[in-house]
Amino acid sequence: MLNIPKANLSTRNSGSSPEPTHLKAEVQQLNFYYSNGFHALKNINLALAEHQATALIGPSGCGKSTFLRCFNRMHDLYPNNRYQGKIIMHPDNTDILGPKVDPIEVRMRISMVFQKPNPFPKSIYENVAYGLRVRGVVKGRGNVDDKIEEALRGAALWDEVKDRLHDLAFNLSGGQQQRLCIARALATDPEILLFDEPTSALDPIATASIEELIHELKEKVTILIVTHNMQQAARVSDYTAFMHLGELVEFGDTDQIFTNPRQKRTEDYITGRYG
Amino acid sequence: MDPMYTHISQQYNAELEDIRSKVLQMGGLVEQQIDQALQALVKGDIALGEAVIMDDTKVNSMEVAIDEECSQIIARRQPAASDLRLVVAVIKTITDLERIGDEAEKIARMAVRLAGDERPKNNYAEIHSLGMHVRTMVHNALDAFARVDIEAAFNVAREDRKVDEQYEAVIRQLITVMMEDPRTISRVLNVIWAARALERIGDHASNLCEYIVYLVKGKDVRHTSLEQVEKEILGRPSGS
Repeated sequence: MLNIPKANLSTRNSGSSPEPTHLKAEVQQLNFYYSNGFHALKNINLALAEHQATALIGPSGCGKSTFLRCFNRMHDLYPNNRYQGKIIMHPDNTDILGPKVDPIEVRMRISMVFQKPNPFPKSIYENVAYGLRVRGVVKGRGNVDDKIEEALRGAALWDEVKDRLHDLAFNLSGGQQQRLCIARALATDPEILLFDEPTSALDPIATASIEELIHELKEKVTILIVTHNMQQAARVSDYTAFMHLGELVEFGDTDQIFTNPRQKRTEDYITGRYG
Repeated sequence: MDPMYTHISQQYNAELEDIRSKVLQMGGLVEQQIDQALQALVKGDIALGEAVIMDDTKVNSMEVAIDEECSQIIARRQPAASDLRLVVAVIKTITDLERIGDEAEKIARMAVRLAGDERPKNNYAEIHSLGMHVRTMVHNALDAFARVDIEAAFNVAREDRKVDEQYEAVIRQLITVMMEDPRTISRVLNVIWAARALERIGDHASNLCEYIVYLVKGKDVRHTSLEQVEKEILGRPSGS
């Protein structure tokens, strides 16, 4: 059973769009164990609505980053980490945790942006081109250039860097570097974009531009964002999930979670009573 | 202390507790204004009536001060969930309290005007009784707010029907007086204004109860019938 207000998912956009919101992914009875045996995620059930932003909030160590990393199979990089359960991607119903699924393929479909901007020590152009090359679909210089422009525009960075595409990426400001990482992530045409505290290393102005970007990106991709900043979760997300000690405590409409949470643990956390 | 107030930030606790207690202080002042305005009317006490008119500025400045504190809390703390609902409920509550204060002032003005006129034999007993009824409503609404008691809030809201009926009866009686002796019209009109002010106080007290429901349950029940609200919130038919 999914503990998701499915009615919410289908009715949320009824005012503005005739199409009901579809599900992009469904997490079913997900358990995760680290190699040392630590049971980090406990029976998580959650649905991601397509072209919506879902925020994961919770105190440090509650499992939200662990959860996020399950989506791009990052835990596979270490031996003996163990998944149980499924993450079903729609519309093809692929279980991305399935043993036959190639993690590289998963990471094409689900890109990730990290806490600290981590561009490669290469030019701006090369950083974005890297995503395209990994994908191996682009042949011919003109085509690559178009794709790079598209990705940089998608990340709202094009106008700032179009005259210096071959400068070193490290010469950009922190906020620009983070947008470059978003452009690199977009270059593979992902379906889901994961953000792991994308603005915690940025100043308020760069933060605002990333938040605005997240809003725009929803047209193309489905977004799952981990943030410690609850006001940020309230601002950018359509749905919010509160996690605590590896459990999903409450999931609902962001409006509802921040004005009238159903669970006491959620209430205590978002009002600053947790301790 | 109420278990609601156990934030990690003690300062934040103190700020929320402060607006809560100031609402109750303001409520206390407003109750006193109603009381004294009624006394002035019944006793024909001009000095007391004028004191009530003067003191309305105190009620007004409390409203402004509490509003200011609420804005500060929103700006500095970004309250969420029950804290947010408390701040919103307080902002709305003080608006109604201030209007109750204005109604008390109106009654005091009528009391001053009527003091020089001939007095009826019953000394405005019917107005006094209506006044005590709404004053109790205000008192109980503030009490329900202090104890965050939704049942008590519903009891107060139910009283408003009775106040309306009592008001209708008073008006009928006053119309009869005017019909019997048209010379009383200008005096009785002033009495009607006072009765009308009391009836409005009952409405404002009902509004206070709606904010308590919002505070506790997170549901906005304005513009909804009492029966429907009780059914939804308490899951039972009205009055049972």
